[in-house]
Order: sequence, then C-alpha cells, then structure tokens
Amino acid sequence: MPTPLGKDLTALEYLSADQIRLILDTAEPFKEVSERQIKKVPALRGKTIVNLFFEASTRTRISFEFAEKRLSADTVNVASSGSSVSKGETLVDTARNLEAMHIDMVVIRHHASGSAEFLGKRIRSSVINAGDGKHEHPTQGLLDILTLRDKFGKIEGLKVAICGDLLHSRVGRSNIHGLLKLGAEVAVCGPASLLPRDVESLGVTVIPHIEDAIQWADALNILRLQLERMTAGYIPSLREYNRVFGLSTVRLDRAPKDLVIMHPGPMNRGVEIDSEVADGPHSVILPQVTNGVAVRMAVLYLLAGGAPDWAQAGGSE
Amino acid sequence: MDDRAIARCLARMASEIVERARGTEQLVIVGIQRRGVELAARLKRLIDDAESSHIAFGKLDITLYRDDLQAVGPRPMVGETTLPELDGKIVVIVDDVLYTGRTVRAALDECADFGRPRRILLCVLIDRGGRELPIQADIIGVTVSTGAGDRVDVLVRERDGEDAVAIVRGT
Repeated sequence: MPTPLGKDLTALEYLSADQIRLILDTAEPFKEVSERQIKKVPALRGKTIVNLFFEASTRTRISFEFAEKRLSADTVNVASSGSSVSKGETLVDTARNLEAMHIDMVVIRHHASGSAEFLGKRIRSSVINAGDGKHEHPTQGLLDILTLRDKFGKIEGLKVAICGDLLHSRVGRSNIHGLLKLGAEVAVCGPASLLPRDVESLGVTVIPHIEDAIQWADALNILRLQLERMTAGYIPSLREYNRVFGLSTVRLDRAPKDLVIMHPGPMNRGVEIDSEVADGPHSVILPQVTNGVAVRMAVLYLLAGGAPDWAQAGGSE
Repeated sequence: MDDRAIARCLARMASEIVERARGTEQLVIVGIQRRGVELAARLKRLIDDAESSHIAFGKLDITLYRDDLQAVGPRPMVGETTLPELDGKIVVIVDDVLYTGRTVRAALDECADFGRPRRILLCVLIDRGGRELPIQADIIGVTVSTGAGDRVDVLVRERDGEDAVAIVRGT
C-alpha cells in the first residue's frame, strides 16, 4: 500500500516512486475536466488557497490558478510587489497572517532554496512548492514525467537527457529525482560551468557534448538559460552557447531515432533551442503546458484530503 | 441471484428502456463508475441487438461531485468520465445498486455540467431501499429490503469473473 502524500509537496526528492505514480495516475482523469465545456468540478468547494509568488511567473501561476478554479477552490494571489512583503515583512509573518484568515493551502514561489519546506514546517496549511530558488519545482517535474509517460507509455528504462543550465535549474533537479525514482536513466549535458559540481552524486551521467546526448537519448529536456540568475560569467556569449549547445534541426536530424523534445519554458529561442525545433513535430512543449494543469489539479486534490482511500479504490459502492 | 437471473433481468430492463424512451432515437446510456459501466454496456448491447441501433454510450465518475468529499478525509481515487453529447437527449443513468440516492444526486449534478438532456431516467439492477434523498428509479431489476448494516454485493463478469448478486446480512 503506497504511502499517502502528507501535508506538503515541497520536493520530488522526498516522495517515493509510489507517491509519484499516485499523482500521475490521479492526473489522468483531471485531463478530461479541462476539455469539458464547463471546466469545473466541485471537488475543492469551500477551500481557500493563497498563491504567494515572490518571483515573476506567468505559466506556473496561471496554471495553478486554473487548476484551483477548475476544482472550485477560492483563490487569492499575492505578489511580493504591492504587498506588505515590500514593507519588509518576513515570510512566516506573511503566511501566519494569511492563516489567521482561515486559509487551507499556500502555493509558494520564492527565490530562496528551501523556503517552501521552511514555511511548511511553520504553518498548519498545506504548502505546495511552485519553485524555490535553485532547489526544486516539483509540479514541473511531475508534468514533464507525465508528458513522457503519455508519449512512451512508461518511464522505466527510458533514457532522458537534461540539457543546459543545470546549475540554476530547479526544474532539472526535480526531473532528476522524479525520473530516477521511476526507473529512468538520466544524463545531464551542458557546459561544465553550468553543471553543479557534485551532479553525478544524484545518480546521473554527464555527457559533455550535445551531439552525444542526441545519439544516446529517447527524450531531451532542454532547460532555459537563466539569464536573470547569471551574475558571473558562466558562458562567453549567447551566440557561442547556441553554437555549441543549442538544439538545432541540423543536430537533431543526426539522431538515430525520433526524439521527444521538451522545454519547461519560457524559451530563449535561438539560444538553447532553435525555433524550427521548438515548433517542430517532435516538440511536446505545448502538451507539457496542458498536462501542467492536470498535474496541479491532482496535487491539490490529493493534498486537500490527505491519503487516498485505497480500500475503496477497487471496491463497489 | 446467479448469472441467468441477472441476464433475464437485464433483458427485461433493456426492453423497458426502449419502451420508456419510445424508441432508440435520442437515447444515451450512461454507466456510473464502476460496476454501472459494465451493466450499461450490456444494456446497450441488448438494445442495439434487438433494435439494430447504435445508441450513444458514456461513463460517469461522480467522485469529484460527492457531497461528503470534504468529510471523507483521504481522497478516493477518481475514475474516467467520457460523455457524448447530452443536449436534448434522453439519458438513461445506469448503476448497480440504488441505496441512499447520494450517488445519483452527484450524477445528476455532473450531467448538468455537460448539457441539458430532454429527460433523464434512472435504471438500477438492485433497489435496496434506504433513501436519504427524494430520488427514485424508473427502471428496476430487483427490489430488496435491507437494513443499514447489510451489504449488497454486485459482481460482474468483466470485472469480477462472474455475474452474481449477494446480500450479506449485517450482525
């Protein structure tokens, strides 16, 4: 019997393979809800959710908001600018004040690694990590894995190369943990200056050249070059990065089989990925976005009730 | 009830459905997850064979519409929902057992989010009484009287390997 999810979702590193599978399986029926004419089910009626975004986000925030609204939860968005955060209030004080207004869940994005877990230990409400610094972005990892499972049928034995800026990437880290737990082989590929020093200790192989990653992999997850986080000179120039590591049709045409191409967005077209590839037939970038809503609905649904009732899952009413 | 008794019941229910709907045009059969789906599929086959028709078929999972979802704590697993066009149709909702009526209430609410049928009929294999809501079935296989401690087990071949209905009396 799989372990229930618990109160918070802060990192895929802390989940078991069964817990990850539970979320993915729960996401399946939620895909259909978003295809209905009336895209709403009453499952989270009366639940109040605060989206606490201390960092810019379009896709993730809107995806969470759609997921919450399609489950009939009441939602409030708080951005750091224009709130008391800009007056110097601490994270815990902000959250405790929100909790005093009887909320049920907090979705948090924060620039500090570990902030979601820190908050989860200090408030009663469920906390969902929507990206904490360079640590993890668990729902993005889950939606990437769901997209791969849709495409290949299973994750076990799949060869996934994660390419680009691993050093700053919480998406990369969540993918690595999630994919390895489900039995995939994971390689990372990027300039040495953008790979974490201890990256092999996570259980991945390093492939220094993107040409070799293309030969090896079933799927490529191309990470965004996080220009806003790069304070030091990690790469000589964007042009050179594109020349050495950019995913182009020329490179992709040499692949021994059809590769599935993923990107968590927002894309730097012409830097880590060329437009012809991003918009090409092997790209699943938009299905990833669609799956994002279903995965987040599944996480919200599961966290709102604790553990699933396994005894009832197979029985009759 | 054994498999032959269930087969006779379903045959009668199938012809009752066609009678009540005055034909198969506009007819949609919708099974409630889980065992309602298998029963609905069999009713559809029986009707299609007898009437040379191709009636529309759907599956409904009511988990997300349960009125006790906030109270049950651990989340029940959600099944698949696939519904055809319901606007203006005669929809027959099929379930294995009718008891409190709460599942049917949820199914009616969910149907309303998909369209506006001309009419909705409720068809159940077993009506065991014990209603907690003002809901009744239109087409019934068998009516049995049970107490709150009793259990009615419906087994279907597709899922359980055999067709059977058993009433397990509570102590």
